[in-house]
Amino acid sequence: MVQFTLPKNSKIRTGKTWPKPESKNVRKFQIYRWNPDDGENPRVDTYFIDMDQCGPMVLDALIKIKNEIDPTLTFRRSCREGICGSCAMNIDGINTLACIYGLDEIKGDVKIYPLPHMAVIKDLIPDLTHFYAQHASIMPWLETKTNRPAKEWRQSIEDRKKLDGLYECVMCASCSTACPSYWWNSDRYLGPAALLHAYRWIVDSRDEATGERLDMLEDPFKLYRCHTIMNCAKTCPKGLNPAKAIAEIKKQMLDRVV
Amino acid sequence: MRYLTPRKRAEGKGAGHAGTEHQWSMMVSAAGLAFLVPVWLYIFGRALGRSREAVLETFSHPFPAILTALVLVVGMRHFAMGATTMIEDYARGTARKMLVIFVISLSWVIAATGLFALARIAL
Repeated sequence: MVQFTLPKNSKIRTGKTWPKPESKNVRKFQIYRWNPDDGENPRVDTYFIDMDQCGPMVLDALIKIKNEIDPTLTFRRSCREGICGSCAMNIDGINTLACIYGLDEIKGDVKIYPLPHMAVIKDLIPDLTHFYAQHASIMPWLETKTNRPAKEWRQSIEDRKKLDGLYECVMCASCSTACPSYWWNSDRYLGPAALLHAYRWIVDSRDEATGERLDMLEDPFKLYRCHTIMNCAKTCPKGLNPAKAIAEIKKQMLDRVV
Repeated sequence: MRYLTPRKRAEGKGAGHAGTEHQWSMMVSAAGLAFLVPVWLYIFGRALGRSREAVLETFSHPFPAILTALVLVVGMRHFAMGATTMIEDYARGTARKMLVIFVISLSWVIAATGLFALARIAL
């Protein structure tokens, strides 16, 4: 049954407030903290950063906190340019990438939480094991039955264009963790990210497993839990539209039977 | 504790190979109701407040009677499918199955009761 309240040991408490630096341009950061090793409830720590000594992005501030204030703050990051998808988190109420989200886009205090409705490994790091397994389950690779051509699988310019808006997904999980259907039924519903990738291979003119792919998705939960809420499209930090990809899969399903 | 691999959990029991018929039925019934309900509301609204004989007279004509029957059957079918989806969203296990049985039964009971009343009026 759906849970509307947090269990006792997940209730968030007020955490430590770190000292304020001597500067006129100071910004307040409230950051979710949870350590599985100390047995404590999650807390929100408050940090202050001198913005004259900090880069423009949220990730710059997090790195500054980790380097100069609190080395125990834990988060994922890698490319710092919106390509790897590692630093996805909930910033100012929006799931996005910390590396490409500007601090100037946030009014007031900066509130940072891990991606919602996922098990937390530590601080801002969600457990994405199931999310990645769901991605693997849609067979995110080219499936062919014809003998491999001598040079390459050819694709027209028009067919290649159909992959635009799909292949750019960096699997940051911002969309899936913004989707209420995924919150309630992530054990069975594949979620917007996996379905966008599924459509990327369904629509690929070189792929020869379209029927099998559609068969695999034809399920009241795997696909049809999408109720076109559109949170996925609203939150995607890469500006993609997973809801449209899901609608296209549904159209292809209908084309098979009607 | 179960030692299942993440891939095993993600695959679950595989695809149910269902859902497309449901989607199509919902689209068809929604399109039908978009026409049926406003027309029925217009006829119902005109009959509202008139004498008992006048209302019985209105619904004993073929068009209002057949329209009312269609609204009942198509509407309740649409309600049952939509409510089933909502139950599947929020309930789990046995509660899910029991609620789905209840809501489908309820829709048929409402449709049957309405049709019986309509038959009494129209025939």
